[in-house]
Order: sequence, then C-alpha cells, then structure tokens
Amino acid sequence: MMRNGQPLIWGGLAAITLALYVFAAQFPFLVSFPDTWVASPTDAMNRWMNGFVDTFGPAFKAVGWLLEWPIWAAQGLLGILPWSVTTIFLVVLGYAASGWRLALFVALSLLYMAGIGFWDESMNSLAIVLISVPMALAVGFGFGVWGAYSERAKRVIMPMLDLLQTIPAFAYLLPILILFGFGTTVGLVASILYAFPPMVRNTILGLRAVPPEITEAGLISGATPSQLFWKVRLPAAQAQMLLGVNQTTMASLSMVIIASIIGGTNDIGWEVLSTIRKAQFGESLLVGFVIALIAMVLDRITYGFATKDRAQGRNRNALRLWGITAGAMIVTGLLSLLIPALHTWPDALVFDPAPQMNEALEYVVINGRETIDTIKNSAFFFIMLPIKIGLSKAVSPFTWGFALSPPIIAGYALIVAGVAAWAFVRGRATLASLIVLGSVFLFIGLTNVPWVALFTTLICASYIIAGRGLAIGTACALLFLIVAGIWPQTVLSLYLCGVGVLICFTFGTAIGIWASESRVVSAIVRPIIDTLQTMPLFVILIPFVMVFKIGEFTAVLAVIAYAIVPAIRYTEHGLRNLPPAVTEAAEAIGATRTQMLFKVKLPLALPAIMLGLNQTIIYAIGMLVIAALVGTNGLGQQIYIGLGDGDFGVGMTAGIGMAVIAMIADRMTQAISKRKQEEFGVSSDII
Amino acid sequence: MTAPKSTVGEVKLSCRNVWKIYGDRPGAYFDGTNGNVGDNAAAHAQKIRDAGDIVASANVSFDVHVGEIFVIMGLSGSGKSTIVRCLSRLVEPTAGEILFNGQNLLTQSKQELINFRRHKMGMVFQNFGLMPHLNVLDNVAFPLELQGVPLKERQAKAQKVIDLVELTGRETSFPRELSGGQQQRVGIARSLAVEPELWFLDEPFSALDPLIRRQMQDEFLRIQSELRKSIVFITHDFLEALRIADRMAIMRDGEVVQIGRPVDLILNPADDYVREFTNDVPSEMVLTAGDIVQPGAQATPGLQAVDATTSLATLLPLLAANEDGIAVQGPGETTLGVIKARDVISALADTKGGRLEAAQ
Repeated sequence: MMRNGQPLIWGGLAAITLALYVFAAQFPFLVSFPDTWVASPTDAMNRWMNGFVDTFGPAFKAVGWLLEWPIWAAQGLLGILPWSVTTIFLVVLGYAASGWRLALFVALSLLYMAGIGFWDESMNSLAIVLISVPMALAVGFGFGVWGAYSERAKRVIMPMLDLLQTIPAFAYLLPILILFGFGTTVGLVASILYAFPPMVRNTILGLRAVPPEITEAGLISGATPSQLFWKVRLPAAQAQMLLGVNQTTMASLSMVIIASIIGGTNDIGWEVLSTIRKAQFGESLLVGFVIALIAMVLDRITYGFATKDRAQGRNRNALRLWGITAGAMIVTGLLSLLIPALHTWPDALVFDPAPQMNEALEYVVINGRETIDTIKNSAFFFIMLPIKIGLSKAVSPFTWGFALSPPIIAGYALIVAGVAAWAFVRGRATLASLIVLGSVFLFIGLTNVPWVALFTTLICASYIIAGRGLAIGTACALLFLIVAGIWPQTVLSLYLCGVGVLICFTFGTAIGIWASESRVVSAIVRPIIDTLQTMPLFVILIPFVMVFKIGEFTAVLAVIAYAIVPAIRYTEHGLRNLPPAVTEAAEAIGATRTQMLFKVKLPLALPAIMLGLNQTIIYAIGMLVIAALVGTNGLGQQIYIGLGDGDFGVGMTAGIGMAVIAMIADRMTQAISKRKQEEFGVSSDII
Repeated sequence: MTAPKSTVGEVKLSCRNVWKIYGDRPGAYFDGTNGNVGDNAAAHAQKIRDAGDIVASANVSFDVHVGEIFVIMGLSGSGKSTIVRCLSRLVEPTAGEILFNGQNLLTQSKQELINFRRHKMGMVFQNFGLMPHLNVLDNVAFPLELQGVPLKERQAKAQKVIDLVELTGRETSFPRELSGGQQQRVGIARSLAVEPELWFLDEPFSALDPLIRRQMQDEFLRIQSELRKSIVFITHDFLEALRIADRMAIMRDGEVVQIGRPVDLILNPADDYVREFTNDVPSEMVLTAGDIVQPGAQATPGLQAVDATTSLATLLPLLAANEDGIAVQGPGETTLGVIKARDVISALADTKGGRLEAAQ
C-alpha cells in the first residue's frame, strides 16, 4: 500500500515534528493538548453507573447472594476435609491424568503448601476456582456452540471476546465491585468473565474443524440432528475443547488471584499482596511459590486429561482405581479423627525459612548494592530516560558524563544524517526516512513529542500497514484518549510498553533463533518459558521487587520476564516448522548455515515471528497493569486509582484506553503477519 | 474383466435430470420443469454459468440395477462427489428426481429420510470419516447405535461385518492405530453393518498406496460377489473403474459425457475427452474373447474352450500353447467360434490405431 510514498510521509513527519518542537512557543496548542479541549467522560460515566446501580443494584446483589452459596459450600467442604484426604484425592487425580510423575509432583506441591502453613488459604483460592471453572465452561460452551453453528453469531461473539480479553483484568473488577459489592462474589464473577472466552474459542474451533466426512458419515448412518451433535460432532471436537478447559482453568486461577486485591478474602493472593506491601520478601516469595505450584498442578492435571491417550484400556481399571481411592479417603478421614496431625497440619511441623531468606536477601542487596545500582542506573539513564524524555533532557554531565552542547547535537544530527544517507544510497529510502523520524523522536523524547506529530505518525502507520479501515479506527481511538484527558498517561504507558516490547522482541527473537538452531538451548529454554507462562502475574513481580525495589525499572523487568515468552516461542516454532521442501532445496543449492538462516528461514518465518510480536505486545500490556502496583505511572496506575477509590469513571476510562491500545497494536501486527503469509502463499496455523 | 451381466436386474436407483446449482436463487432456473429442460441441457447449463452461478451437476440421469456396480468416473471438480451426495441428500439437489424402488427420495420428509438412511443405504468415504473417539467395534456398530439397537445385538452384527472385512482381532483398536487400508476396512464394515440395499463408495481407495489399493479392490469385489449390493462407486482412476465396473458414467463439468460398459467406452468413445482416458488402457485388459471372435466359424472338436467373457490378457498364454486356436463359448456352452493368434494380433493392432469399428 503506497510503498513509494512512504519515504515522503515519514520524512515529512520528521520535519513537522522538529518544526513543532522548535517553534513550540508559537503553537502551544499543537504541542500539548489544551486543557480546555478536554471533555472527560468520567463524571458522565459515574452518573450513568450510579443510575444503573440505583435501578438494577438489588438484582445484582441478589445474584451475588445466590453465588455466595456455592463458594461457601466449596470453601466449607475443602476447609472441613482433613488435608490428608484432599491430598490423596488430588494425587490420585494427578495419577489418572498422566501417571506417576505427575502424582509425585502433586504430592510434593501439596506437602509444600501444608508444610509452610498456607493450607487453608490455598484451599480458599482453590474453592473459588472449582466453582468458577464449571460456570465459565458452561457459559463458554453455550456461546461456542452458537458461534460454531451460526456465522452471524460468530461475527458478534469474536469481537466481544477480543474486548473481554484485552480489557485489563483490574478494570473488570471495578464495575463488578460496584454492582455486587464487596465479597468473594467479585472474584467469582470476574473470573467467570475472564475465563470463559478461551472455552468459546476452542469450542468454535473444535466444532468447526470436525472433518465434513465425519459429519457426513453420521448423517448417512441416519443421525437425527441431536444425535449428530451429541454423538458425532461433540466427541470429534473433544480434544480441542479439553484444551479449552485447560486454558479456562488457568485463566480462572489467575483472575481469582488478581481479584484478591480488593481484599477481605482469606486467600493466597491476598497473602502475597499483603506480604509484598509489608516488604516481607521471604514470605511473599514462599507464598508466591504456592500460587505457582497451584497453577502448575492445575495446568498439568487438566492438560494431562486433555491430551490423554484414550486408547488405553480404561473403564474397569479406572473404576477400580477410584474405588480404592474412595476407600483410602474414608479410612484416612476416620483416622484423622484419632490422629489430629492427619486432620490439620501440626504447627510444630510448619517449616518457615522466611527469616533466613530475608537475611540472605538483605546480605545480597547490601553487598551487591553497587552492582545492582549500576545495572539499574545504566538501564535507566541510557535506555529508559532517553526514550521517555528524550536525549535533549536525558543527557547531562550527571548521567552521561557530558552536557548536550551544540557541537554534540550537531554530531548527533550528522551521525543520523550519515546513517540515513547510507540507507538511502543502498536503495532503501523508506528505511532512511524511518531512521530520521526515529532519531527525531529519540531526541525529543516520547513524552515530549507534540501530540499532533505522534497522532499523525500513528494514523499514517495504521494506514500503511493495514489500510483505511484501521487508520480510521486508530484516529477514533486516539481522539477518545486525548479528549478524555488521559493522553499523558497513555503516552507513559506507550513508553513503558514500548521499552518492554523492544527489549523482549530483540532478545526473545535472538533466543528463539538460538533455540531453533540448537537442541540443547531449546531443551533448556522450553521448561523455563513454560513455567513463566503458567506463573500468575503477581508472582513474577516478586523477585524483581525484592532486588530492585519498586519503580519503573522493576516494572519493565517484570514486563520483560512475562512478555518475552511468546517472542521466543513463536520464533522457534516458526523456524522449526518451515516446509521441508524449501529448506531442502536451499541446502541442495549449497546454502551455508548462516545463509540458510538469514536468507531462507528468517524471511519465511516472518509471519510467525510477527504473530509472536503481536502476543508479546498483548502480554506486555497485560503485565503493565499489574506492574502499576510497584509504582509506575500511566494508565495502569489510573485503573488502580479508580479501583482504590471506587471511581468507576476514572478506572473504566483508563481500562478502555488500555484495551484500545492493545487492539490497535493487535490489528497492526496481525495485518503485517497476514500480508506476509499471503505474499508467501503459506498459512500459519500456529500453536 | 468383470462380466457384464447378460440379464440385467430391475432398476434399484434412478437419477433423473438432477441438477445442483450454487447461486443466490438457483431454483429460479427450473421453474416448473423440475430439471427436465429437454434436449438443450448443455445450453441451459451454459446459460446458468454465464449468469455467474456454479453448476455442480447438470442434467445427470442414470439407472443403477439390482446387484450392479455402477461407477462414476471423472477428474476432480467434475461433479462426481456432488452427484453421489445428491443421491443420499447430503447435498440437496436443485432440481430433478431420485427414485429408489420407484419412490422419489427428494419429496421425503426429514424423518422418512433419516429412516431411509438408517436402513437402506451405506456409504464409504475417501478419508474414511471414522469417529476418532470410538474403537473399531464401536465405529462399526455406530449406525446401529443411532437406530437404538440393543448393545449385545449390535455388537454381534458389527462382529459379523468385521469378520467379513477380515479385521478380526482389531476390535478394540482405535482408528489412529490402524493403517490407511485397515481404516478403510473399518469404513467398509461400518457402511455394511446396517445391511443396506444401496452402497455408495466415494473414492474409497484414492487415499491408499497403489499396492494396498489393488488389494482393496480385490477385497471389494470379493465382498460384492458375496453380498450383491446395488453400488454407486466414485473414482477418478480410469483403470480402477475398468477393473470393477459393470457399467460406468464419465463426467465432466457436472455433465455426464458417456454411459456404458467399460468396453463400449473404449471401443466407442463419445468424444476426445473420453478417448484421452481410453488411450492409456491396455486393450488386452478390456477386450474379451467375445468381442473379437468371428461368429460362425466351426469349432474343431478337441480345441480348448474358454468363456466369451475371458479377457485377451488371459487368452494370450493359451493361444501361445494352442496353435490351432481356442474355442469361444457363449451362454449355455454354445460355441460362438474360434480365435486364433492372428485374430488377437489384428484386433490389438486396430485398437491401438484407434480404428477398430464397433465390435459387438
């Protein structure tokens, strides 16, 4: 699209940006958006919400009251059951799902939970998950079936799912909190809302992917419509839908943990939060590990059942296994009446290494202070600050060791001009113009770029990447952000997210390439990223906060730790799953390993890598909101403030803002990936 | 190779002027005609194509007799899969009639159709279409399960067809544990479990390796010689069609180009399209002793005799051993004449040159 016009567009934008920067005094309203133009929707939203609550509040409260019963029952049951009985059940469940190794893992995990004295809290969290998952599955299944059968329904459902999955988790909590009032119901409702979309997607995918010959075979055998659904389609889609169950369970757990931020629940998420707040790092790490273990246990068990080889002889064996288990549970339950240690883990046996851990950490932090500070400061001064406030402000004798005198500015301009000229001579005019534009932005700093310039740049980018539709969408979205008066926070969020994504993408792609070329690296990397991905967001924060304290740097590190996963995964997957015909052909022509990688594999894997970038951005935005807890500014903080004050308007506006940014980034990267796929004539049904 | 039956049974299934059009208002092309647009069907189809709609089947008519293997042959996109789906109403024809024992299937209600499918027809699919979650026994018993047949009875019935397709011992295996050939045996067994009168096979062996394909064709012929079903068999492989067909139809662009016995098609191709296929066919595979025997010649007593349906391929080694020729017998052991080596050579030479005139 308009490839030839690109150098002119980008060059022109660079010139305009620079001109606005220089003549800021003459055109102040083009540089920073005038306050008088802002029409914040927060008051109107609050008024509307109040009206809504006045009318429908009692209905929601009633529903909330109803929902409390199952939670109460589940928590009561898990609370009454002796730990030994619950453990036996879960261990056998692990065994049934995928064998002895998982059973052992489950046993060790549960012993850990009981051993460090957080059994009750763990069970309280688990109880909410146990209630929310079936409900989320039912809702997801319903919408999924509808979407699988009706193309029109699918067209309505899909964007709805996009919205539900891109609105930050915190933002969900707010309206739910207002509607249902404080209590465990909030966590339940939020986790149902957050966890049902994966089930919808997998149901639609599974039902639609049933080979036509299988449904035809059913029809030919004389299936009635309901037989066709229950006996043919559904069983044939089973594998895919069980993956949906796995994803729904994980989403549910992560939301249950996040929801504990509103407090009042004696669960494991609350425990982590309060220990982080009290700076008890040893404790928070121990408890965080419990969450990670719960996540891994739930993940492995549901995944085990989802991928289980159904060919193995079952029924009779399974019946016997569960018979014996039930017997063992009853016997243990009775025994626990005689032996209290089997009922409640004895305090004497609680193992608490937290004090020692705190001491060790203190030792490291005190003795390693210089190294830690050096890392933190150099990242801050040389990468983050320049992007945030620009070289023009970041470079000072205190930070860089020299002042930004006119000769140095001239030198910067010369280097930029030189590099751009080199690119231009090589026939890459678009690249040259982008280098110039980027350098201008870097000099001014993202937060200081005149809003008109940033605005126009983003709209032009959407137009060039994905055409008029997205350009209009982007324009509307940006207009919303700026008129709603959250532009400064938006830019801050863009900056944090941008830094994180930049680093993730650079290192993630590099690691992915390395892993694709080396079996050893792949074997090392894979378990790490698998673990990172199942880790609830809070937990990822803990180690970074421990070492680097709160602040932007910590937030960026947490974003990186979480969002680097898809960059690695998609790159490796894309590189490893190229059509063998192509690589064999290149090998036969005599490509060296380097040529193969750079001239054949990487270009062909580009669609997959772009999808990785897409996921990286979405992940980064998701983590950004959580990172607001450790002291970042931007939209995440706004959501957090809204949640804290119960201010629906403020929180929702920021939440929608986040979602809007995520959706634009999503559409842009999807468009690039899709265009590449079409150019290569390949499809990438990835992962 | 296969004997064209001298006495043709009654018509089991009849396809009359069947059309399948994909478009916005396909029915509008057939107001009141119900597919019978007279002699100008080709022109009518072209008119529809010019209007921008897709003609998947155009004016298809044929009969399938009791116990007959009727093959529909055509390249991909020729509409052969569409037509077999029209026969079972997996695809709803736009116009025409499908008569089963003289009764129009297209006017049947949903419930009648379900009953018809449950009891009267079986179908085998190219990619098997097995239920991935059921083992062999349950897969085969699946149509019976849908009918509500009690467990014991349906397992006994399924076991019988599993034995028939020689899969005994694999009852508890799951489809993905079987080879392609074995999976298709399951597909065949399943389609036969309800003891259908009509048997549809949609490119049943196309997904298999050539060697396995050959085996399965023999297997299929063996089963058919036991069961004598009325069969519609779809294939894109002309040689396969020759091997198994009693009669066959060649399709192109949704239209039937020619219908007849394999030998008729080879000796009298309707047009160049059909001739293209027949060119590659070794004539000795197709021509039978009856096709080339000179009628009237007196057989010398003591000559070795063969049936008129014997293929030349089988005849050649016999001729090599009998310089005086071979006697050919028609129905009722009547001697039709004598064939000598020279007759075979000249017949083969003529067909290769494409000049042999109709030999009845």
